[in-house]
Amino acid sequence: MNVAESVSPSVTGRLPAPMGLLLDRSQTVQFTFEGQTIQGVQGDTIGSALLANRQWLWSRSFKYHRARGPLTLSGHDGNSLVQLADEANVLADRTVADNGLEVSGQNVNGTLAKDKDAFLNHFGRFMPVGFYYRSFYKPKGIWDWWEKHIRTKAGLGVVDLKGQPEYYDKAYLFHDIVVVGAGPAGLNAALTAADAGVSVLLIEDNPVLGGSLTYADFVDHKEPEALRQQLVSRVDAHDNIRVMTNAICNAWFTDNWLPVLQGKRMFKVRAKECIMATGSYEQHVVFRNNDLPGVMMSSAAMRLMKHYAVKPGQQAVVLTGNDDGYLAAIQLQKQGVTVQAVVDMRPAPEAQAVLFDVEELGIPVLFDSTVYEATGGGADDRITAVEVRRIEAPGQVADKGQTITCDLLCMSAGYMPAYQLLCQAGGQLSYDDQQAEFTLSKLPEHLRIAGSVNSLHSLTAVAADGQRAALEALQALGYETDKSSLSVSCSRRVNYDWPIFPHPKGKDFVDFDEDLQSKDIVNATRLGYRDVQLVKRFSTVGMGPSQGRHSALPTARLVAKATDRTVTETGVTTARPPLVAEKLSYLAGRMFDPYRETAMHHRHKALGAKMIPAGTWQRPAYYPSNIGLTVDQSVEQPSRQNRDDCIEAEARHVRSRVGVIDVSTLGGIELRGPDAAELMNRIYTFGFLKQPVGKTRYAVLTNEQGVVVDDGVACRFRDDHIYVTATTTGVSTVYQLMTYWNTQWRLNVDITNVTAAFAAVNLAGPDSRKVLETLTDLDLSSEGFPYLACREGKIKVPGKFSDTTEIPARLLRVGFVGELGYEIHVPSRYGEALWDALMSAGAAFDIKPFGVETQRLLRLEKGHIIVSQDTDGMSHPGELGVTWAINRKKPYFNGCRAVDIVMKRPQTRKLVGFTLPAELVKAGKKPEEGHIVLSDDSSTSAITGHITSCEYSPTVGAIIGMAYVSIQQAETGGAFPVRVEGGQLVNATVVDLPFYDPEQARQEM
Amino acid sequence: MKIMPCPLNGPRNISEFTFGGEVTPLPDVKTATDNEWAENTFYSYNGTGVAREWWYHVPSGYWFVAERHRVTDEILRTYDPSELPADALNSQQEAFQ
Repeated sequence: MNVAESVSPSVTGRLPAPMGLLLDRSQTVQFTFEGQTIQGVQGDTIGSALLANRQWLWSRSFKYHRARGPLTLSGHDGNSLVQLADEANVLADRTVADNGLEVSGQNVNGTLAKDKDAFLNHFGRFMPVGFYYRSFYKPKGIWDWWEKHIRTKAGLGVVDLKGQPEYYDKAYLFHDIVVVGAGPAGLNAALTAADAGVSVLLIEDNPVLGGSLTYADFVDHKEPEALRQQLVSRVDAHDNIRVMTNAICNAWFTDNWLPVLQGKRMFKVRAKECIMATGSYEQHVVFRNNDLPGVMMSSAAMRLMKHYAVKPGQQAVVLTGNDDGYLAAIQLQKQGVTVQAVVDMRPAPEAQAVLFDVEELGIPVLFDSTVYEATGGGADDRITAVEVRRIEAPGQVADKGQTITCDLLCMSAGYMPAYQLLCQAGGQLSYDDQQAEFTLSKLPEHLRIAGSVNSLHSLTAVAADGQRAALEALQALGYETDKSSLSVSCSRRVNYDWPIFPHPKGKDFVDFDEDLQSKDIVNATRLGYRDVQLVKRFSTVGMGPSQGRHSALPTARLVAKATDRTVTETGVTTARPPLVAEKLSYLAGRMFDPYRETAMHHRHKALGAKMIPAGTWQRPAYYPSNIGLTVDQSVEQPSRQNRDDCIEAEARHVRSRVGVIDVSTLGGIELRGPDAAELMNRIYTFGFLKQPVGKTRYAVLTNEQGVVVDDGVACRFRDDHIYVTATTTGVSTVYQLMTYWNTQWRLNVDITNVTAAFAAVNLAGPDSRKVLETLTDLDLSSEGFPYLACREGKIKVPGKFSDTTEIPARLLRVGFVGELGYEIHVPSRYGEALWDALMSAGAAFDIKPFGVETQRLLRLEKGHIIVSQDTDGMSHPGELGVTWAINRKKPYFNGCRAVDIVMKRPQTRKLVGFTLPAELVKAGKKPEEGHIVLSDDSSTSAITGHITSCEYSPTVGAIIGMAYVSIQQAETGGAFPVRVEGGQLVNATVVDLPFYDPEQARQEM
Repeated sequence: MKIMPCPLNGPRNISEFTFGGEVTPLPDVKTATDNEWAENTFYSYNGTGVAREWWYHVPSGYWFVAERHRVTDEILRTYDPSELPADALNSQQEAFQ
């Protein structure tokens, strides 16, 4: 088959160049629409290819299932939403036509052409505004029945539930000046700014730069394409301008923080100065059947010709309220469309020249007239004629008119500034009665508008305004610029003040997305919804995909008139981010989720440790290798049984031999200076002024509400040097609190968070002293280095150049897991060396590593609380039984007054230890953290507390745990019911803490 | 996202900072009644005007003072706490005697 023969007329039958700016006519694309093959040209959108194939019916409307076709051809309306095989709600007029796409209409029951629900069109009067709210609520419960039927009928596209994961990510950009919109204003702004030497980012949501220069004609400029090329080539050649096309600035956030979507990436852009040259939306005229395929904005017809070289129709009528409609009529006629008439709602044009040009082409012009009704019935329900009547008063027409045959009606009722991003920024819309348009004011500092969004409508003024905005931005950045050119004005009036012609039979749409007619808006006000925000919620106006781009202005006018207020007083509804539909993948995409590794991390990985997050760190939970398990954790996770077995083995080993755990994640704060002890004394609850050098002391921190928020160990190495540990997750807060207060107290002490500077292990078990003796010359005897002492010394580790070398270390003899043990802190860079030295010195004693889950069990056996696991936002020292760690003889500590106040009150709950028989583990009745404690086992029992920690203890031979219980339940030997998995009750027995070695003989040996 | 002009680090995203409450005097820890103390702990001023506030730059661990308008959220001035007048600080000298 000859290639030329296979190319359809939709490819060859295009308008000649220079029409078709976006097309590459040398290549064709082919896809299907509703099963029919559609041929287009490279550069076509789905929509333009459909129109080139005379497919004017694109979708069905939301409520009445009316036939809908192109309206704006710029992705600004909901008519163009189509379904792709794997994606719903795709804008046909923005999405590039790709080979092989399978496209179909949306909101259709049956086929697009023969929608079984199209009958709803004739039932419109039974579905008034607020229909759902008013019809389905009586009798009670009936909504449940209606809902499923309504949900089937409503709803738009179909989601592909088999969707495959896709890669989305984020990037960050920083520029001096960001210009949003690359129309004539934006291009001039970018060039002016870049010429001054600042870095400029130019964001354009279309594939080519130029904005209105790409499709519009101008009263004051005859060669827009030449001007566009000249500006664009300067922009492209400019080193200071970065251009992003097909990119949407989807919101404005404080201080010019702009999310910009391009492809599968979200750019978070920070601009010192932002210039929004976002343009304006052409507005429609409200008359009967103004939604039929073939009725479109004049700018849409211009785009169709100039961008895609598609002839929009054979016979056209242009309905206008400004001179731009005349320009559209001239271009249509030039491209071979017979313009039957220009229907001007005004008594006369603004510029006589455009009238002259139109009349020159033989096009009749009807003044003071409007289209009152369009008639459908053509192929694809396309219009076949319009009825034109004389306007007698605003919104009122003569009784009779004339019918004009046409298959295209172009509307130019005026413009609405692209206000959404600017209102997000706090800008206000006020209605200029003289110009019949909304204007923007009260923008924040460092945000400017330029061009038609700034209510300027001649090309000369728009271009000058871009320059003006850039000069102002440059001045704000501290540049000396010419201040003489800072005033731009334009007298063009482009908005017709009342382009609303209600019809007794309705279907005169204000909002195409939601099928709202003019009477729906007026009726909403009559039902008492006078505020435009309430009108929106009741009628759903502006809630559809076009988000009020076309409905906001007529709604404001209608509500203002119906409620006897000005349009400014009425206003428009709030525009919130995002500007256009934003896929969740942009937000969910790759996240920056960093975690910290200790200095010994790679040793744990080599041992096959099961890692878990601990605050911002990764820590070993346990080591499956300790029970001879090798689990490839990239493939398979250890089972619950593996975990339990591992923890049991590790715990038994620490209690009987010796174990080592990486505790580098523990916080460390260094206090140096004469007031080190004074600071400790003011922050923590204990007394620290008389803490002897070489001794440690338990440190509890309460907050200003008297709640225990952290604990640690204070080591006094010298009079003016205290090293205090804090919990893994609490250290930042502790440091913040210390510095906050010392900023005000101004004590003579340096406070440094040295958490990351130290690596640390806890060496624990009866043989720990024997292991450590081989590595240090320190006197480790129970007299020379007793329980609760701290020392600075040297540890021998394998050397890089010799057999051994010595590293500085801080050693703490603390209880920790309740065995003889040493916490060893060394500079981080020696972390691996310390680990290796202990593992090799410990080999003779069968040393084994243990993880944080085992540590929790061991500490639970000793009754040690974990702050934030066993405590909550209410836990005061009395509830936790740590009043022994509070010194109330000293004048002050952080939170002391609150502690006094809460401790004075009758206590309502207490943290207690409990045991349960070991058999419950197998029966699946072991309580878990968060299970609730009940007052009794009756059906009317109250919740009195909850489980905070619970494990099976091989050492104790029972399930042990801690729980908050009521004071009545806290008696040792008493019992309390716990509701465990599946709602079953178990009876826990209150025991004294600790569960293990209450004489503390083992840790003090 | 808002930008906070940090006196030490320059303009940074507000997500790098923690709010530390208003710069307000604490009641005398020794003589204040329980009610006075509780009010100071749990109630804060909820009116308009310019607030003098503590802010903390988390990555660098730096406390400073910001003057912020409660209605417009505009940050009018930020400075090092050493520039605070002495009577604005809670030196609490009486508390430690």
